Amino acid sequence: MEGYSRKDVGCPQLLDLIPKEKEWLVKSAEETNYGLSEEKKLELRLGPPGGDWTFKQICGPTNESLLSFGFFPNTTAGATTTAPWQHQTKASFFPLMEKESCRIVELQGAEKKAFSPANTAVPNSSSAQKRTAPAPVVGWPPIRSFRKNLANGNSSKLSPESQKDFSKKPIENCPKNKFVKINMDGVPIGRKVDLKAFHSYEKLSSAVDELFRGLLAAQGDSSTNGIKKEVEGEKVISGLLDGSGEYTLVYEDNEGDRMLVGDVPWDMFVSTVKRLRVLKSSELPMLFCGSKPGKLSLDRSI
Amino acid sequence: MVNYFPEEVLEHVFSFLTSHRDRNAVSLVCKSWYNVERFSRGKVFIGNCYAISPERLISRFPRVRSLTLKGKPHFADFNLVLHDWGGYVYPWIEAMAKGCTNLEELRLKRMLVSDASLELIAKSFPNFKSLVLVSCEGFTTDGLAAIASNCRFLRELDLQENEVEDPRGQWLSCFPDSCTSLASLNFACLKGEVNLAALERLVARCRNLKSLRLNHAVPPDVLQKILARAPQLVDLGAGSFVHDPESETYNKLKNVMQKCTSIRSLSGFLDVNARCLPAIYPICINLSSLNLSYAPGIYSKELVKLIRKCKKLQCLWILDTIGDKGLRVVASACKELQELRVFKSDPNDVGNAAVTEEGLVAISAGCPNLNSLLYFCRQMTNTALITVAKNCPNFIRFRLCTLDPITPDAVTMQPLDNGFGAIVQSCKGLKRLSVSGLLTDQVFLYIGMYAEQLEMLSIAFAGNSDKGMVYVLNGCKKLKKLEIRDSPFGNMALLADTGKYETMRSLWMSSCKVTFGACKSLAEKMPRLNVEIINEGDEMEGGSDDRQNVEKMYLYRTLVGPRKDAPDSVWTL
Repeated sequence: MEGYSRKDVGCPQLLDLIPKEKEWLVKSAEETNYGLSEEKKLELRLGPPGGDWTFKQICGPTNESLLSFGFFPNTTAGATTTAPWQHQTKASFFPLMEKESCRIVELQGAEKKAFSPANTAVPNSSSAQKRTAPAPVVGWPPIRSFRKNLANGNSSKLSPESQKDFSKKPIENCPKNKFVKINMDGVPIGRKVDLKAFHSYEKLSSAVDELFRGLLAAQGDSSTNGIKKEVEGEKVISGLLDGSGEYTLVYEDNEGDRMLVGDVPWDMFVSTVKRLRVLKSSELPMLFCGSKPGKLSLDRSI
Repeated sequence: MVNYFPEEVLEHVFSFLTSHRDRNAVSLVCKSWYNVERFSRGKVFIGNCYAISPERLISRFPRVRSLTLKGKPHFADFNLVLHDWGGYVYPWIEAMAKGCTNLEELRLKRMLVSDASLELIAKSFPNFKSLVLVSCEGFTTDGLAAIASNCRFLRELDLQENEVEDPRGQWLSCFPDSCTSLASLNFACLKGEVNLAALERLVARCRNLKSLRLNHAVPPDVLQKILARAPQLVDLGAGSFVHDPESETYNKLKNVMQKCTSIRSLSGFLDVNARCLPAIYPICINLSSLNLSYAPGIYSKELVKLIRKCKKLQCLWILDTIGDKGLRVVASACKELQELRVFKSDPNDVGNAAVTEEGLVAISAGCPNLNSLLYFCRQMTNTALITVAKNCPNFIRFRLCTLDPITPDAVTMQPLDNGFGAIVQSCKGLKRLSVSGLLTDQVFLYIGMYAEQLEMLSIAFAGNSDKGMVYVLNGCKKLKKLEIRDSPFGNMALLADTGKYETMRSLWMSSCKVTFGACKSLAEKMPRLNVEIINEGDEMEGGSDDRQNVEKMYLYRTLVGPRKDAPDSVWTL
């Protein structure tokens, strides 16, 4: 690598983050039984770069000196919580130059961010200790909801090796809630409800009415697609549980079957339900016959 | 001299330019090149559907045959954006249906797609060949049925990680018997049942089928029959792979797998019994891409037995159940590896191990061609990152995600600034970077200094002051997308270089220190930016205090002014 300098005015320091002329060792694996038989340890050498590294101060007079960030060929246990860059180790380290008008990045007592998880303590050894999970942060770690749902969905189905509790908690990770998805025929966007907030089928039914009444009215003409809202009269959604209404409430249980809502005691329902659907009653021929079977065998794999 | 080239010659020359960036550059040369280019452009890429309107698209590129559109900001993937924020595809399809019926291909990401949109596609574009939907929602299998029924020349139907409702499940039978053109079918994300007999018949008559990704509802015995009919497959996504390894079906599956010597890419295993995995061993040697990240409950030992046979692997997506030990095996076996993604597994899943910096270092040492990484890990160290930077200077995408967003170096307890600094210093071609862990303004100083090719940067819980953000805005000349959450960047940073935002596609800032007043003044100053404030459930009155912090701000450059389809909770200033 040739000597490097930034053309911009007032350019910040150039920092050699990869030390020169040092032997770098990948931590040699303690276990050798996994196939790295060709080399016991992986040796990496840095050839010296062509020129010297120079840098200018961020602000203030130009003071040139070499700055290099050391690292620890042998990992030191125990943290140094003192000054940022001044690690007390091997001779590869060049002392940090004076900063005059530049701010020293204060690393001790690093400013608490807007949101800090409850537990920021970190194990002081690099061994594989299980850490206590920090308090959950919304959207962290950044995993697509699709993946998260997959994990939850799968856990109830397969894996004979694993014992899955039927009342497995959904994504939110909080035992006091049970959020399940609820979709309605004719409404492209679904909602989520916390079943633990209701204590009866009646309360659930009226909640469904509240959630979807407005959305259903807004659908109106499906081609408006949410851009123009047609304000029709909002109809109450009733008769969800007894087949008497335009819509009927069904659910998918932990075995993947579609069931009519209302047959089992509420608590049992809450523990086995995975998602809810509000279907058009006309789609359910059984209801017309007046009978009330336990399972809707909407068998599509004919 | 170029003025004397007839247009046909120019057009012929331009036909060799496939990248939209090259074509964009060419169209800036002069008016005549602009015109030749615009009439000959077949593929248009629009990274933000609100940056331009469908009418302007069609008037500039009247012969567009392939359109790619992206809607919601990236952080929508992590539940940071309202469902109804926007990104409706319907107006685009409506406009194309009127002005540009030659449309053959539509590729959408993070958009709201209704059944009505799909139905409109199905009946408006007689030559429609390819529909690719990634992370979209708002449609059901009814819409898919419309596509299947009506698109006579459909070659590709590719559904990746969409949220799809499945009220009826008969969409697959809607492919008419006359449909033989399918080359690629991916319905792995569908949650419902499919008509298995219809699927088998479809596969049998589509002799050009090269890519097939099944959902969980397709059991191994059907998979076996499908593979027997389609040994020419190049890309396979197995659905359910749960069966009794002693059974006849499993035997048949093993035999038929051996004949599938064309398969280069394998994914799926949405339900899997690890003891059935040996059926795949015969084709491992041919694989260049393996995605087991959807496969739950496989112990590291079994994963490793499989992967160590994949000597030609270039792309591996896996769960962190593989562990550091497993990654060391990958490092020793898969020397051609270019892309690695290690996803966080379900904490309640079997064999949950998580990975640390050790696995990453091993990979970097064994796989020098590594250029793309997504790594969810329990801990990281500067040493490791510096080593990785040295071993793999070719990174184009480097995304690290520590499970605790502000975890420091696991050994020294220092911030991870140096580690990431080494990455940007060493990897001169780095285009995408996500940082995590304890980070100060220093890391942004490094990024601004070294990351000259950086186009996308994701920041969470990092930095100390406005300076951090300013280093990035000043230094990264090619920056296109900047997304920041929960970091102490405020008005000074936001307003430091307002002109910069017109060179970028978008900026997202949530839970930072930016105030209402600053956003308003930015919006006033820059009419060609849309500055959107998303305040869920909060007071949105005009009397809102200018000094109040804004919860979520999303700004993007646009040629068509504020959009008209924003919901009430989104306020364009």
